Amino acid sequence: MEFFIIISSGLCLLIGSFLCVSGGIGIIRFPDFYTRMHAVGITDTLGAGLILIGLMLLSTDLLVFAKLVMILLLTLLIGPTTSHVLAKAALHNGLAPKLNQDALDHNSLDQTGNEETNSSNP
Amino acid sequence: MRHTISLFLTLAAFWLFNSGHYSMLVMSLGLVSIVLVLIICHKMDVVDQESQPLYLTPQILGYFVWLIKEIIQANITVVKHIWLGKESISPTFKKIKISQKTDMGKVIYANSITLTPGTVAIDLVDDEIIVHALLYKDFESLEAGEMDRRVSLLER
Repeated sequence: MEFFIIISSGLCLLIGSFLCVSGGIGIIRFPDFYTRMHAVGITDTLGAGLILIGLMLLSTDLLVFAKLVMILLLTLLIGPTTSHVLAKAALHNGLAPKLNQDALDHNSLDQTGNEETNSSNP
Repeated sequence: MRHTISLFLTLAAFWLFNSGHYSMLVMSLGLVSIVLVLIICHKMDVVDQESQPLYLTPQILGYFVWLIKEIIQANITVVKHIWLGKESISPTFKKIKISQKTDMGKVIYANSITLTPGTVAIDLVDDEIIVHALLYKDFESLEAGEMDRRVSLLER
């Protein structure tokens, strides 16, 4: 049982760290502000979540466990709020997102309401 | 009254889990601070349906389980596209209609969209949300409306 807990905790920590690193790499690789924010979303949710769950599995004390749960809930509440505020501030100050040409075509199709061509695209 | 009791219980649990000292002195100090916070909250008139959404509690657990499943799937997709590079993404910007009536429902829906990696809710005007998505197909799943339906179920 002890062995099983240690293994699963290590697995959670490993995957969590991998996701956090991926989020960081995403910030460097993605082309503009808005897409970078999606990369941060990974570090926010599952990256931090899995690391905290891994630590929860290792904690022997109820108090430590409870505090980790509080941190997890706070991260899950604060993460989307800050992302939203950042994006809204950027948009309202006139930072234009880089859009994919494909997506633009899709958008114009949607505006004219041409359902047929729209549904034929994958 | 219901909301006051729930706020009292929440604050008491918060104190107990954070302090870890259970001597008479510390416990009575905790009680005093909780009562003080309750009095201040009543003066500010924030103890109500909005700050303590008790009516949500029974159904929200099922929604959380479903949301966690969605978050894990979205995480896998976004991580895949991070490693594939920027040629594989199709950033899109679009308004979508929402069917929620109450403010609480709208906030839950917008926050769920932002919490799922790959989509960020940017602005909320009346019954439309402006969403930025990493991939065009994220919109197709949003427009299919499963999340919208599940959040609307929470409102009742």
